[in-house]
Amino acid sequence: MSFVTVQNLFQSYGTRPILERINLTVEEGEFVSIVGASGCGKSTFLRLLLAQEQPSRGAISIDGAPPAQEPDRDRGVVFQRYSVFPHMTVRDNIIAATALNRPFGALWGAARLKARAEALEVLDRIGLAHVAGQYPASLSGGMQQRLAIAQALAAKPKILLLDEPFGALDPGTRLTMHDFLCELRDETNMTIFMVTHDLPEGFKLGDRVLVFDKPRWDPTDPEAYGATITYDFDARDGGIPYQRLVEETHVPLTL
Amino acid sequence: MALRWINRRPSRPLSVFLALIPFVLVITAYTLASDARRAVNPADKLLPAPAQIAATADRLLTEPDRRSGRILFWVDTAASLQRIAMGVVIAAALALGFGLLIGLAPTAQAALAPFVATLSLVPPLALLPILFIVFGLGEVSKVALIAIGITPFLIRDLAARTAELPREQIVKAQTLGASSFVVGLRVALPQIMPRLIGAVRLALGPAWLFLIASEAIASENGLGYRIFLVRRFLAMDVILVYVIWITLLAFLLDLLLRQLSRRLYPWAEAGL
Ligand SMILES: Nc1ncnc2c1ncn2[C@@H]1O[C@H](COP(=O)(O)OP(=O)(O)OP(=O)(O)O)[C@@H](O)[C@H]1O
Ligand SMILES: [Mg+2]
Repeated sequence: MSFVTVQNLFQSYGTRPILERINLTVEEGEFVSIVGASGCGKSTFLRLLLAQEQPSRGAISIDGAPPAQEPDRDRGVVFQRYSVFPHMTVRDNIIAATALNRPFGALWGAARLKARAEALEVLDRIGLAHVAGQYPASLSGGMQQRLAIAQALAAKPKILLLDEPFGALDPGTRLTMHDFLCELRDETNMTIFMVTHDLPEGFKLGDRVLVFDKPRWDPTDPEAYGATITYDFDARDGGIPYQRLVEETHVPLTL
Repeated sequence: MALRWINRRPSRPLSVFLALIPFVLVITAYTLASDARRAVNPADKLLPAPAQIAATADRLLTEPDRRSGRILFWVDTAASLQRIAMGVVIAAALALGFGLLIGLAPTAQAALAPFVATLSLVPPLALLPILFIVFGLGEVSKVALIAIGITPFLIRDLAARTAELPREQIVKAQTLGASSFVVGLRVALPQIMPRLIGAVRLALGPAWLFLIASEAIASENGLGYRIFLVRRFLAMDVILVYVIWITLLAFLLDLLLRQLSRRLYPWAEAGL
């Protein structure tokens, strides 16, 4: 049984199909990049994974659980914008990952002190300790996204969904963010879905690159059909496939 | 060379100078008109001289009333401020609760939004007689008029602001495990508070209107009551002192709320 299973997924808005016949299985710890033309339904697919909306047909199961009806702590998410809470300080944004789960959304006493200490540790690790007391608005775009990713991971979700998380960053900051994300991934072995418009980024970070496109096209009515997964590339080993031994060959690898 | 008017920005000193012009013009015009009238009739009551207004102000602010021994000016001020504060606080509290509910929960929106929209069409002053009949001529009906007058506007404004919160934030909070209640309490409420202050600042104008109207009709003290009382004696000097005072109070209240918002919600600075 694979970790994430998407079975025969369809989504339409009104009469307009957006996604059709999507089948996908993803193993735990896999990093899946998703690319495709603008408006083809990548964000829609993430919203379905997030259970922010329900599919017209088909089902998504994560870790064998029945399909979720609404977003929950199993699914972490980072959007391109508005990903952190502007009214909380940087430290409180990390604490929120624990606190919002409580009855009044706040921690008291020992739990509070513990969460504060842990948040400072996290901030130390992601290089934001020096701005712990500031509000996100005073942070650069890269720092905000770093905070957003750390916040999502602090809730220990089963899968992490990233919708063009670095889309608004300059190329230099992007590279730093790639290293940052890779480090976190090595640490947590998180299963990640990332939508991107940057093909090299998708191949660099991902184990797989899924291409969303419309397999059928009606020239008189471009909106008649939805998109599906048209390619599923193996992006490990620098995107060069067949680099791994799949069976025991009994040939010594070193001379 | 000649910039378009829409691109010309006055320097700081010029801005101050420009801002002063209309004030100076009005005061000058008033003084001239007052001089002209009093040249014809030295006992003219309609446009008292600025010096006389100042003298009246001095008398009103410092001399106690012969009968009660209290300085009526301050009694009126305290009474009116108390009424407007109670009305506005009640309205703000109601608006916060219902605004969040309507803005966050589609069911509450379906149930309440059309009702609130209808309520906001009822002219509050038309309800004043009903309030007097139901609550009597005391404090309750005055406070109620202010609250009823501005609550629908505040609710609609706050509901709209709440609904405008980026969907991403609401979803994010859910992925961190927040219940509906916690989303309202920890995500929406704090972000709506500066908006509430902004909306209250806008609603203060109507609030003053309702206050003065209700005081004028039935009261024993209050700024509006006094103005309408001395009207019978054509005491323009007193009326003008009170009008200037009310304007000043309104300005100070607005300033206070603005400072409060800055102080309490530094993160919202950019949006205000
Ligand atoms: N709630 C909705 N109701 C109706 N149509 C919608 C809704 N959400 C998205 N759409 C439409 O569905 C299509 C796919 O949208 P989606 O945001 O998933 O595209 P995308 O692949 O993420 O595009 P981009 O690369 O620009 O982010 C778009 O044409 C959009 O207009
Ligand atoms: Mg998108």
